[in-house]
Amino acid sequence: MSEKPVDKTKIRSAKKMRDLMTTYYLDALSAQQNNKQVAWITSGGPVEPLVAMDIIPVYPENHGAMIGSAKMGEDLCGKAEDMGYSSDLCSYARTDIACSVVKGGPIGGLPKPDMLICCNNICGTVLKWYEVQARFYNVPLFILDTPVCHTGYSPEIAEYVRTQVDEYIVFLENMTKRKLDHDKMTQVGKLSFEAQHLWQKVLNTTAHKPSPMSAFDAFFFLALIVTLRGTRTVVDFYKELIAEMEQRITEGISVVPNEKYRLLWDNLPVWYQLKWLSSKFSQHNACLVADTYTSAWCGAIKYIDENNFLDSIGQAYTRIYLNIGVDQMAQEVLDMIRFYDVNGLVMHSNRSCKPYSFGQMDIMNIVRKKTGIPVLMIEADMVDPRSFSQSQVENRIDAFMEIIKQREK
Amino acid sequence: MKEIDRFHAAVNDSRATALNIHRAGRKTIGYLCSYAPEEIIHAAGFHPMRLFSSKHEIILAENHLQSYCCSLVRGILEDSLAGRLDFLDGTVFPHTCDSMQRLSDIWRMNGKYRFFVDLVLPAKLNTKSAAIYMEKVLARFKEDLEAASGKKITDTDLSDAIVLCNRIRKHLFFVYEWNFRHPGVIRGADLYALVKGAMIMDKKEAADLLAGVVSSLEQSAPPAGKAKRLILSGSVCDTPDIFDAVEKAGGAIVGDDLCTGRRWFDGLVAEDAPPLSGIAQRYGNRMTCPAKHAGLTARADTLVSLVREHKADGVAFLLLKFCDPHAFDYPYLKQALDKQGIKSMAFEMDDQQSSHGQFSTRMETFIHML
Ligand code: SF4
Ligand code: SF4
Ligand code: SF4
Repeated sequence: MSEKPVDKTKIRSAKKMRDLMTTYYLDALSAQQNNKQVAWITSGGPVEPLVAMDIIPVYPENHGAMIGSAKMGEDLCGKAEDMGYSSDLCSYARTDIACSVVKGGPIGGLPKPDMLICCNNICGTVLKWYEVQARFYNVPLFILDTPVCHTGYSPEIAEYVRTQVDEYIVFLENMTKRKLDHDKMTQVGKLSFEAQHLWQKVLNTTAHKPSPMSAFDAFFFLALIVTLRGTRTVVDFYKELIAEMEQRITEGISVVPNEKYRLLWDNLPVWYQLKWLSSKFSQHNACLVADTYTSAWCGAIKYIDENNFLDSIGQAYTRIYLNIGVDQMAQEVLDMIRFYDVNGLVMHSNRSCKPYSFGQMDIMNIVRKKTGIPVLMIEADMVDPRSFSQSQVENRIDAFMEIIKQREK
Repeated sequence: MKEIDRFHAAVNDSRATALNIHRAGRKTIGYLCSYAPEEIIHAAGFHPMRLFSSKHEIILAENHLQSYCCSLVRGILEDSLAGRLDFLDGTVFPHTCDSMQRLSDIWRMNGKYRFFVDLVLPAKLNTKSAAIYMEKVLARFKEDLEAASGKKITDTDLSDAIVLCNRIRKHLFFVYEWNFRHPGVIRGADLYALVKGAMIMDKKEAADLLAGVVSSLEQSAPPAGKAKRLILSGSVCDTPDIFDAVEKAGGAIVGDDLCTGRRWFDGLVAEDAPPLSGIAQRYGNRMTCPAKHAGLTARADTLVSLVREHKADGVAFLLLKFCDPHAFDYPYLKQALDKQGIKSMAFEMDDQQSSHGQFSTRMETFIHML
């Protein structure tokens, strides 16, 4: 299957993944011709009812990641700034807002939405961003308000979110002028549940030493659980991916040749520097085996009841990684450090993402105190390269790896 | 007006103010956003005090918050870590923006005060389920306060507090109205000291003093001058020099939607409604903060009508650096004003004193354009 059988470290499933994503975007872009409705939805939002109602979900954040990877972020961010948006705002929002106007980016802009679904479980930014787009496209906006669970999930929150799940369904029924097919909803819910389990399993494979894949691969394979959660496609694909990973483990194929050090990554990827960062760490025989970002799409699975999907998603969507207190986030980081048995933590202090980045320094101190492993913090932005200094980051990574090497001697 | 000095004094020394109030029998609970229900805090026997940054150099907070966090959040944390807020008995964090949300976590984890509450209000203010939720959150807050004080809060306690807070609101509203009819009747720096002082000093004292301000104002009505009439729009503005700079440049402030201005005292709590419903309803009806959702054009509509009603010549946007909710709204607000032919200019604010010279120059340019 592989075109270059010589390079055994390459993950074969990557090609299939690319094809799936291409098909998905082609479908989304031709939605109008096919009389299908398109909903833009935030990455942490409940997509399953859309899938059940045959509405095509489109993720501006995934699009933002594509823009970042294509190194088109600087230009589009600049355009948003010309429109009056401050350069301090989230670069996903900035690029998306600019893209809607200039139809730029790697795929010439996203298909026009018929409706917008905003779930604020990841940040307050999405609320403002979707308001901007609702005015621009002049389409209805549904807000699923998931109050932050600083210390826990209260009965008030549970009731409020549960009611909104019903309001969400009514909103979709009004938009499509169709009733929700509850059997289909159940089926989609089960598939989503299964996909999240499988995704967790994919991520768990990196606990093996040496790791068959890295967080950089996870960043890539993530797109599917984000965009197509609730479909059969995701389930089938992740099963294949797991099989491939297991085969790699059996054959002793590691993604980083000679893996000696294992690291945990925190925060969003630096999309425009993935290659460079990955080879930089590889040079030091270090593998970023896991990250706090991609695991967010299966982290709340413990709250889902697959047989009672709509009743349980309120809690599952409210108690996701970013919507909890910093102390709980620190606990999850500690758990990952143990599970993946890492030698160091790399934190991306991301100017774009305040809810993810503020609190990082407290997490850093907790990690240092409780585990003693070295922690590196690098300043960057996930899409806007203007806040990234390659030489500075390079020096810091080198120094950090020196410390780890000394410690692990 | 001799009363104004008392407001300036409270603003300049919140610590002394709190200690005095404590001596008179009320412990202070600090709050961090204009969505904090002061009525309930007061009814519980505490003194509600809005916290601001004292603008000391950021040293200790550097270990908790990166430089791209707004100066309000960083500054307040610095004050707390440096012990400058040790007079507090507790704090309450209404849920607002992402930065404040994380400040709350950091604050709680570094726990310095006896009482701590996250008031996780809804982000939506325009649906029925959000209104129900809001009321429940307020009810829970009331219970938390009762647990802290060891005494029940009765409906009478609440009604009394509502009447008291409403009195402050009515007086401030009068001052604002009088000021817009007679621009220059009160200096901007004094006007905003009245509002800010009322957030800091004892509620009853503030209400009584404001009554005095109102009656002195009623006796003075200077003829309208030639100053250009300005509306200020934004979040927190607590840099008195700014108001002087506006006036020096030939402007007069005739209204605002600031969180340190009208947004704080806008709208009354219905005195004949069940207390908690009344308080919740006021948040839904008053000027919205961009961190909340009350409709897609709610803020622009309010701003445009504010300009019309106050016969303003222009709008100055005071945008605190790194403040996301306001930065997101700026382009659409400006566009809404442009459409109506209303001139505006954005000023990026920082706690750095160095930028004041630049502010004055740009303000002069703006006022000349009007
Ligand atoms: S990157 Fe952060 S701020 Fe931007 S949309 Fe995602 S969660 Fe929100
Ligand atoms: S600007 Fe809004 S969020 Fe910030 S303190 Fe004021 S009311 Fe609260
Ligand atoms: S609303 Fe703006 S000014 Fe207020 S705390 Fe948040 S970022 Fe700072």
